[in-house]
Amino acid sequence: MLKTARRCRFRAPPFVLAPKSEAIAFAARLETTAASDRAEDVDVTQKTLVLLGTKKGAFIAESDGQRKGWELKGPFCETWPMNHVVADSRTGTIYAGGGNEWFGPAVWKSTDLGKTWTHSSEGLAYETGKEPVKAVWSLAARNGSLYAGVQPAGLFRSDDGGRSWTHMEGLQNHPTRERWEPGGAGLILHSLVPHPEDEGRIWVGISAAGVFYTGDGGETWEPRNRGTRADFLPEGENYPEFGQCVHCLVMAPGTGERLYQQNHCGMYVSEDGGKEWRSIEAGLPSTFGFPAAAHPSDPDTLFLLPLNGDSAGRYVPDASAAVWRTRDAGRSWQALREGLPQKNAYFGVLRQAMATDRLEPAGVYFGTSSGSVFASADEGESWTAIAEHLPTVLSVETLVTDR
Amino acid sequence: MDTLRNTCRVTVRLPGPLVDLFPGSPRRLEVEARTVGEMIDALNARWPGMRDRLCDTTPAVRRHINIFIGGERARLDTPLRPEAEVFVLTAISGG
Repeated sequence: MLKTARRCRFRAPPFVLAPKSEAIAFAARLETTAASDRAEDVDVTQKTLVLLGTKKGAFIAESDGQRKGWELKGPFCETWPMNHVVADSRTGTIYAGGGNEWFGPAVWKSTDLGKTWTHSSEGLAYETGKEPVKAVWSLAARNGSLYAGVQPAGLFRSDDGGRSWTHMEGLQNHPTRERWEPGGAGLILHSLVPHPEDEGRIWVGISAAGVFYTGDGGETWEPRNRGTRADFLPEGENYPEFGQCVHCLVMAPGTGERLYQQNHCGMYVSEDGGKEWRSIEAGLPSTFGFPAAAHPSDPDTLFLLPLNGDSAGRYVPDASAAVWRTRDAGRSWQALREGLPQKNAYFGVLRQAMATDRLEPAGVYFGTSSGSVFASADEGESWTAIAEHLPTVLSVETLVTDR
Repeated sequence: MDTLRNTCRVTVRLPGPLVDLFPGSPRRLEVEARTVGEMIDALNARWPGMRDRLCDTTPAVRRHINIFIGGERARLDTPLRPEAEVFVLTAISGG
């Protein structure tokens, strides 16, 4: 049985696909893995890894299925800035994408859960004369292929486990390309959501060009931003075809059609693969934030971490930390605060820095700009800090293995 | 100067953070090349991937990598002289 998890994945027999490219499970012994999906099998025989990309290297926090005690390992990848660290659910291979100011972009790879690493950027480049690739910003593994989103925004694919890469030129050939404007972190392709089963379908989020979709494996793309605002544009021009500042795009488990989005300007849900978006920001403390994390099995559950606003410091509202959870697809929201700092908390959480795992109850994790990592083993009801004093956390993903 | 192939043997000094990325690569070695670009090609032949760490697709030496020959900053097309010592350095940058 194949068990995976990605930034957007869903449960669809015979696959178990988790949300975000984070809730990743790999079958160390394929013949024994089917039973381990059940709640009663969540125990110390499982290994839960929280994969952390930081400004100074990759780290891995490790626990068992109960997720009570944690051990931190790292820094890995020669302390390069690592924008996204993910695992391939099929193999347990860990990939880390980033860019070093001296040495440029590369994807690092570990086949032994972080003990040893190799790196490559062969083919991870635009044609001579174009603005060179500066850094890798997002990674996603699907059915033996590995995808990488880069800065300046573009998409690459590897079919040999990250040893060599091919530019998927269709995205850059989109007629709107010359009018894409960079966001605060640059023109970055940070959200990468391949449909877990259909090889042809991929959604990407680009700051600040918006959401784009391909149904033909990357040959042609179309913007999918209808219903999402761009408050930073002149009055009357706030709903363009493209140019929105998407911050995080995730897929709910289930049909493969429901997407959630945290935008610079609001929170949204789509029931049709992004053709139409509907605001779900009512009941939240602000319209601004970066990350979003889907539940591994419940399509109506989503976790957000709103910040106080784009011009108010971009830290948690009132310096009091909370993860906000909906159980009804965004119609109502609940603040989850137990165990989180409730005063003098001046941190933010970046676009790829929150994730769920695939266990039951689902674990939820986020990493802060101030280098703390918080974990919940009960779907956000209570939290503990599992790491502190790390470099700024840029990404959080998970891997659950059966050992 | 090798008149047949028109190449020179030069000494290359590599920075620690670079050799850390390529197990077995030394801090100092000799290569034969006519230009800095060919020198980097020779390094890449021994340690595949090293070119990408030193050059981008402009093509040019990466912005925060400095290559000095005789106290002068070199480019990819800078010619090499026999017995030259080529310093590959990481710039002061970071945060």
